[in-house]
Amino acid sequence: MSTLTRQTLSHLDWLEAEAIHILREVAGQCSNPVLLFSGGKDSVCLLRLAEKAFRPGRFPFPLMHIDTGHNYQEVIAFRDKRAAELGERLIVRSLEDSMARGSIVLKHPLESRNKHQSVTLLEAIEEFGFDACIGGARRDEEKARAKERIMSFRDEFGQWDPKNQRPELWNLFNARTHKGENIRAFPISNWTELDVWQYIQREQLELPSIYFAHTRPVVRKNGLLQPVTELTPASPEDKVEEVLVRFRTVGDISCTAPVESDADTLDKILAETATTTITERGATRMDDQTSEASMEQRKKEGYF
Amino acid sequence: MNAPHPLDPQATDNGLLRFLTCGSVDDGKSTLIGRLLFDSKTILADTLNAIEKTSAKRGMTAVDLSLLTDGLQAEREQGITIDVAYRYFTTGTRKYIIADAPGHEQYTRNMVTAASTANLAIILVDARKGMLTQTRRHSYLASLVGIPHLLVAVNKMDLVDYDQAVFEKIKADYLAFAAKLDIRDVRFIPLSALNGDMVVERGTRLGWYEGPTLMQILEATPAAHTEKAEDFRFPVQFVCRPQDSANPALHDYRGFMGRVESGEIAVGDAVTVLPSGRTSTVKSIEIGAEPIERAIHEQSVTILLADEIDISRGDMIVKSAEQPRAVKQIDATVCWLSETPMSPARTYLLRHTSREVKAKIAKIDYRLDVNTLEREAIGALAMNDIAQLTLKLAQPIFADAYDRNRSTGAFIIIDESTNNTVGAGMIDG
Repeated sequence: MSTLTRQTLSHLDWLEAEAIHILREVAGQCSNPVLLFSGGKDSVCLLRLAEKAFRPGRFPFPLMHIDTGHNYQEVIAFRDKRAAELGERLIVRSLEDSMARGSIVLKHPLESRNKHQSVTLLEAIEEFGFDACIGGARRDEEKARAKERIMSFRDEFGQWDPKNQRPELWNLFNARTHKGENIRAFPISNWTELDVWQYIQREQLELPSIYFAHTRPVVRKNGLLQPVTELTPASPEDKVEEVLVRFRTVGDISCTAPVESDADTLDKILAETATTTITERGATRMDDQTSEASMEQRKKEGYF
Repeated sequence: MNAPHPLDPQATDNGLLRFLTCGSVDDGKSTLIGRLLFDSKTILADTLNAIEKTSAKRGMTAVDLSLLTDGLQAEREQGITIDVAYRYFTTGTRKYIIADAPGHEQYTRNMVTAASTANLAIILVDARKGMLTQTRRHSYLASLVGIPHLLVAVNKMDLVDYDQAVFEKIKADYLAFAAKLDIRDVRFIPLSALNGDMVVERGTRLGWYEGPTLMQILEATPAAHTEKAEDFRFPVQFVCRPQDSANPALHDYRGFMGRVESGEIAVGDAVTVLPSGRTSTVKSIEIGAEPIERAIHEQSVTILLADEIDISRGDMIVKSAEQPRAVKQIDATVCWLSETPMSPARTYLLRHTSREVKAKIAKIDYRLDVNTLEREAIGALAMNDIAQLTLKLAQPIFADAYDRNRSTGAFIIIDESTNNTVGAGMIDG
């Protein structure tokens, strides 16, 4: 076997360098990009990568959050604090405004708002004329995402056509669009959940508190822990328990479940992530369990 | 497996290896990937649960590991892989990215796409069938795209009684064929992906094979694309001029942002900027405003120069002593990726590093039959064609031969009417 004679980057340094390269390609090729920042751990990594890509300059794009109105307060507070610390512009567009306009109609008041985010996102893209949205999606999250490009083309209706994707060769990215079309750019496509946690630890990135173990009232349903909140109250027959939990992803309250865990530090979360037996979306997403193909369906409709 | 736990602080980080698996529906490629993920403990409980259910629904008795790599709904319905999919696993010392390319004839473009970022290709051969036309095609494409390490995996050894003679015959046939190709490093391994023999574990049925397991080969393959020293190439992606900053120290800041596509650079090195030809020295190198002394291949950095030079996106910074060719006409091998043929009547956009120029076909020398390696005269390129041609460019690009430099030797072709990526090219030496 040959010996390693050339110096190469560690795996995290390589992933970081690739992500910076992608962010700079978006900035160089697109005239009006935006970075989607939810306060979640993946987008926290994106902000750090944007700092490494563009400092000491300002980011060549604003940040934007599509607020379902069903987010945990800790996450919203963290979102605002982080944007202020960076001194970057944060745009917030809310599903409730789309509902008021009549562009989102819920089947019932408690329906998960997660899939409706696409409507508000597409409205915001049109309002600001964005030609690229940078997101923190990863290919390891879900099967449909395993085949998505790093620069993923969306037509005028925001639709993704999995059978007609632009080939992506070497590190030559094509983010060209005509008016009305847009690119979804995913700088951390090649990262896994473990990579994200390792990067957060290495860079000592701050996260919303609900990522760490805390006690919370929950109801056990279909193998998931359903948090008991104002939005998702327990029904009379439910057995409410106080359980030590943490969130592995933070999303809409109505469809994001915590996992049982006593990991209250990054080290403990990392140790748990490396030995976990349930995938991130499987443990925490009530909406993806409906059918094996549900993510693909939502992506075709304009979802991230 | 003896690999350390992913969080073992004693484990050395051996970087990241991108590899490609090529084979057809029938030779067990999906099962092999499933086996790698399964035995490296990358498959988690709920995923396994889902594929157990699907396997049972299809009337199978054992879990079908190939279901792990069936990505999209359309594919699940047709039971075939139709696009490149990416998979990930880690051994604790190294992270792996697998590009899973489909094997059908009509998908040459997918294989070229997957191969463009790979440093190793696993070429699957069914032990019962031996060398097939597609084995030759996959090997040719892997050598064309310059994958430095090939691993011929003779799979389904369980179906030939783990017979060494079968393996040796395929190996001899392959070596006879490979002599015609430019392959730098080729190795052979017998395995049964279905039973897991020689994938991660050695198993008990291939005792006559004394070489490393597939996983050991992956762990020992150099992560760098080439072991040779390469010239420094730094295409500028973005220029940072934070003039509006409240900090007056930044008033004259001009940072040239990009990725070291090859070679390395240190503070104090003499550089030349292309196309202007202006020279200067490296004043500092930064990552996210933090200074570093030197930058190596694949690092994304910001370079500041000692002299004030006008530089914009699409320019290239190189060491003054190692300059590329500035060319307005290139001879190249092009793989056509679009259903709309490449026509000599059209003007296209060529993207090379961070530079975009208009391009037209000057002449088409020939099309290469990827199965027979025979040359044929053609008037236009159809999808999946691989052809030798000459392109005229509206402005110069700063190029190296592809076999010397994978970054400055490669380009893509874009159709401006659709903005689609329609071709991929490699520049001749």
